[in-house]
Formats: sequence, C-alpha cells, structure tokens
Amino acid sequence: MDFMVFQYPMISVQACLDGILLGILFALIAYGMALQWGVMNIINIAQGDLVILGGYIAYFMYLYGIHPAWGVIVSPIIMYFVGVGLYKLVINKVVDRDLFISILATFGISILFMQLMNFAFGADVVLANSGYGTTFLFNSNVVLPNSKIFSAFVSIVFAICLVIYMKKSKLGRAIRATAQNARAAKILGVDTEKVYAATFGINAALCGVAGALISITFTIHPYMGLPYTIRSFMIVIVAGLGNLPGVALSGMGLGVFEEFADYILGTEFRIGSVFLLLVLILVYRRFKLSRKREYLK
Amino acid sequence: MINKNLIIYLSILIFGIVAPFVFPAFKVQLSILCVLIILAMTWNIQGGEMGYNSFGNILFYGLGMYLCASVQVGMFFPLAEWTESGGEKTFVHTPAEFFQGFAVGLAVAAVVPAIVAGLIGYSILGLRGHYFAICTLGLGVAAGEISGGIEIIGAGQGFTTPPFPNFGGLEARGEFFYFCSFVSLVLTFIVVKSIYSTRFKLVLNAIRDNEDKAEAMGIQTMKYKIIGWMISAFFCGLAGGIMGGLVGYIDSTDVAFDGREMGVFMVLMAILGGKGTLWGPIIGASVFHIFKEGFWTFFLGWQYVALGVLIVVIVIYFPEGIMGWLREKYPERFGEVVDEADRKAQVELK
Repeated sequence: MDFMVFQYPMISVQACLDGILLGILFALIAYGMALQWGVMNIINIAQGDLVILGGYIAYFMYLYGIHPAWGVIVSPIIMYFVGVGLYKLVINKVVDRDLFISILATFGISILFMQLMNFAFGADVVLANSGYGTTFLFNSNVVLPNSKIFSAFVSIVFAICLVIYMKKSKLGRAIRATAQNARAAKILGVDTEKVYAATFGINAALCGVAGALISITFTIHPYMGLPYTIRSFMIVIVAGLGNLPGVALSGMGLGVFEEFADYILGTEFRIGSVFLLLVLILVYRRFKLSRKREYLK
Repeated sequence: MINKNLIIYLSILIFGIVAPFVFPAFKVQLSILCVLIILAMTWNIQGGEMGYNSFGNILFYGLGMYLCASVQVGMFFPLAEWTESGGEKTFVHTPAEFFQGFAVGLAVAAVVPAIVAGLIGYSILGLRGHYFAICTLGLGVAAGEISGGIEIIGAGQGFTTPPFPNFGGLEARGEFFYFCSFVSLVLTFIVVKSIYSTRFKLVLNAIRDNEDKAEAMGIQTMKYKIIGWMISAFFCGLAGGIMGGLVGYIDSTDVAFDGREMGVFMVLMAILGGKGTLWGPIIGASVFHIFKEGFWTFFLGWQYVALGVLIVVIVIYFPEGIMGWLREKYPERFGEVVDEADRKAQVELK
C-alpha cells in the first residue's frame, strides 16, 4: 500500500491524465466489442488477442525500419481480412447458437492465437519506439509521452470516422438494421451473412488500430490479450450496447481506476484489480436488476 | 440388470485397486486421470445439470491446493520461513507429521472452498448465462493474479509442498497419491450418483431448462443453486489438495489457478463426454487424458495450438459429446448405453 498519491496532488493529476489517455484506447476496443455483440450477439473472448496481433503488425513494420505510426493505417487493413477469415472459418457456425458455445469457441481461438503469436514473435515483451518525445506540464511535475497523446487523438479520429460511416453509408445502415432485427432485415433484402462478416471484420480492424497504438504507447506480449477482452467486456456492460458516449466515459473511468490501483496497490495487483472490478460490477448489476424485478412483482 | 451393473462397478473397483501394481510406470498418469475425472464430474454438476457454465471452478481447485499445502506446513513449522527458504529444506516432516498434516490439509482443502462457494454463491449465482460465465472467468484469473502477489504463500517464486517422508522411496509416494486420488474419485462417484437419483437432480434440471418457470413452480432456485455449487467446490478443493501434493510445487498461475489448462480442461472434458450425464464426464476425461498425453509427448511445443483447435472443433462440431452421439446412434438401446460406454472406457483405460 502506498498512499503517496494522496500526499502529492501532482501524482493524482498524472494518474488521471494517464488514465484518460489509456481509457480512450480501451473505449476504442470496447466499441468494436459492442458492435459485434450488438449485431451478432456473440461475445468474443479472442478480442484481446486480435488487439495484440494488430500490435505485432505495427511492431514488425518498426523492425523493418518503417515508422510504427504507419501501422495505424496498415494494421486495420490486414486485421480486417483476418477478421473476415475468422468469421468464415469459425464464427459463422456459432452465430445462431447458444452464447456459451460462442464464448467457449472464441476462448479456443484465443488460446490458439496466443500460442501462434508466441511461436511467431517470441515470448518477449516488446515495444515499437515511435521517438515522439515527451511533453512536460505544470513545471515538469506531470510527464506525458507524446505517443500517448497521439494514440488518444488517433483513436478519437477513428471512432468519429466509424460513427459517421455507420450513420451515412449503405453498409452501416444494413449493419444497424441487422442489429435491430436480423430476420426483418433478411426479409427486406439485406444479406445478413455479408453484414456479419463485415461487422466482424470492422471489429477486428478496430482491434488492429488499438493494437498498433498500444505497441507504440505501451508494451505488447503474446499472453496479454485476455485483460483487454475483460476490460472491453466490462466497459460494454457498464455503458450498455449502442451507447457511444457511455462507452467513451466508462473507458476513461476504467483507465483512471487502473492508474490509481497501480499507484496504491502496486503494479503486481494491477491486472488482478481489473478482474476483481469486473466481478464487483457484475455483482452490483445483479443486485440492481433483482431489485428491479422485485419492484415489478 | 442390477447384477450386470454390480459386476461393472466391481470390475472398475478391482481394476482401480490393482492398476498401480500392474502398471507401475503409469501411476502418476492414473492419479492425474482420477483428478481430471473428479474435476469433470463436479463441473458437470453445475455446468451440465444446472446449466450454469462456469469457467471459475479453477478458483476452488487452486484454493484447495494452496490450503492443503499451507495447513500441512503450518501445522508444524512457521509458514513464512518455509516459503522463504524455497526449495532448500531446512524443515523436514517426520512421516507421522506428514500424513497427519496431509489428512487435516485435505479436510480443510475440501471444506473451505465449499464455504467460500456458499458465501459468494448468493451474489454470483444470481447472474445468468454469459454474465455468469464471464464473471467466473474473471474470478479465476483474479484469484491467480492476487495469489501471485501474496508473500506468505510464496508470491511469484512458488510454494514447494512438503516432500514425501523418506521410506519406500518413489514407489510408495506414487502409490500413496494414487490411492488418495482413487479413493476421492470413488467417493465423488458415490456422492454424485446418489445425488443424481434424487429429487435434487430434477430440481437442477428444472433450473437448467427454465429457471423462471422453476421459480414460479415454487422451487427455491437460489438455495439449490448454491448447494449444487458447494458440492462442486467441495470436490474441486479436494482434487486440488491431492494434485498439489502430487505435483510437489505450487505456482500461482501455472499450477494452482491455471485457467489456461485445468480451467479449460474440466469444461472441455465434460463437453467431450456429454454434458448432463453421469458417465459422460468420466468417458470424456479418459479420452481427453489419453489424447492429451499423446499430444504432449509427441508434439511438444504445439500442445496449446492443438488444444485451441480441439476446443473449437469439439464445441462447433461435437457439442453433444460422446454420450450424446451414442444416444443418437442407439436410441432404442439407451437404457444399456451406459454399460456399453462404460465398457469402452474400460478398454481405453487399459
């Protein structure tokens, strides 16, 4: 236990800013999860592993001398096809089935991806150095790496582009129609199979962007996927499906929570505290819902 | 009919007792198989019969493992110094101390997880469907991460369980742990079988099929759900305690709260054998263990890739499991399918 964070207000400011910038990234991943959860009604445990895979694409560009920031463009394109391929191979067989089947199947995919990445890229913690330098605020009491600011900015740009795309384009309209009522959409001539594939592809592409940004800002490692899945799941259940400002806000809230947990409990309990928070949120939600049920009775 | 069943049970029992002496090389494998069957059967109680698919039974398994080892050490020596000394043994258990400690440790390892399940059951079992699955997944991982930060049980460097006292050598050690696991397996089987012939199983099935309707019929679903989970946790903890002694070394995320291996295995074995049947998990665990050992030996390094592919294939193409497949194939003989399947399991065991 370390209460430094309360004695020096500047550390709090630092933690808040770090958390918000981190949370915007989480919100981007959670947006992808909310999209495919809402449209296809499956929960993708492999979400985090798609993020890490996207990160490795950016890292490889960095290894071959290309600036990793270009990964933000390249990684989603590759990841889109990975997502569509994954859909054609596995996901299309679990869409109409029990939710547990989809959880278990994507859990299998997650283990598979984890291990394949471990073979392909090695078990080292890696980071793509962007060389963006740092910004000092408040008499150098608060240190913000520019890469974090860059990643938050790019995430916001991508999120806004996607929202506009979903509102205006034909495919976006089809996706929203399928989310509302897949059967009715089918009757009215929407090719739902194609919509599902595109949705999963867009989700994977969003993961790719987030992964590229994470590889620039933080570190990546083949086994780090599951916490990202859990974080995005948590953000989605707190915010609700299809509530974009909610996703952004709860993402930032989670980021700030994590930074403070890091300072107060110590880094070794950081992931554990995220998972515990998930349990607490679900339990809170259960009691809230049961109160509602009693009221209805 | 009764005679036939009796013969089968007796033959399994005799096989179980004779096995370590006939196949001395496979003693450890057979003990692990017993533990796997216990885990699959107990997962099946709430996963298959109750419809609450938990990824978090690993919590009880790991808890039992740590508790058994801690009690066994803590009864005679200061626990903190033991873990600090790591692999170097400055304290040695006498045989009497070892067995006494192990017995008390197993009792604690079984009872405490059951109590924990009862305490958290009210809040967690209120969740439905996939929320329950994800919540229990979170619980299992959180337990692993947190136990990896606690100093007194070894934190990141692990916890060495007391070595087997020095008589009879390796042979006696293997036989001791084999009979521990075999006796627990028989105990689990008797308890689970007697549960499945009572009204309790019907209540669990009613909860699985439609919880709201079951509640409307006047069943106190929450009570039954908690009891079901507690039974599950009891035997999971027991299995964990034995496995801790067998492995001899406890690590927070790689041995005890190993969601990537044991946590998935127990779900997979129950599904492979057939959810919601008595014999399904037993067959599933046997088949899976043979497959796994083959893969782990011949394709070392690729085992997790194989595991991932196996999960996807089983879940998508084979969700009914072996028992479901048999039921489909020989519907008219289903009364006897149990015996048929059991014979197969026996053949595979040998």
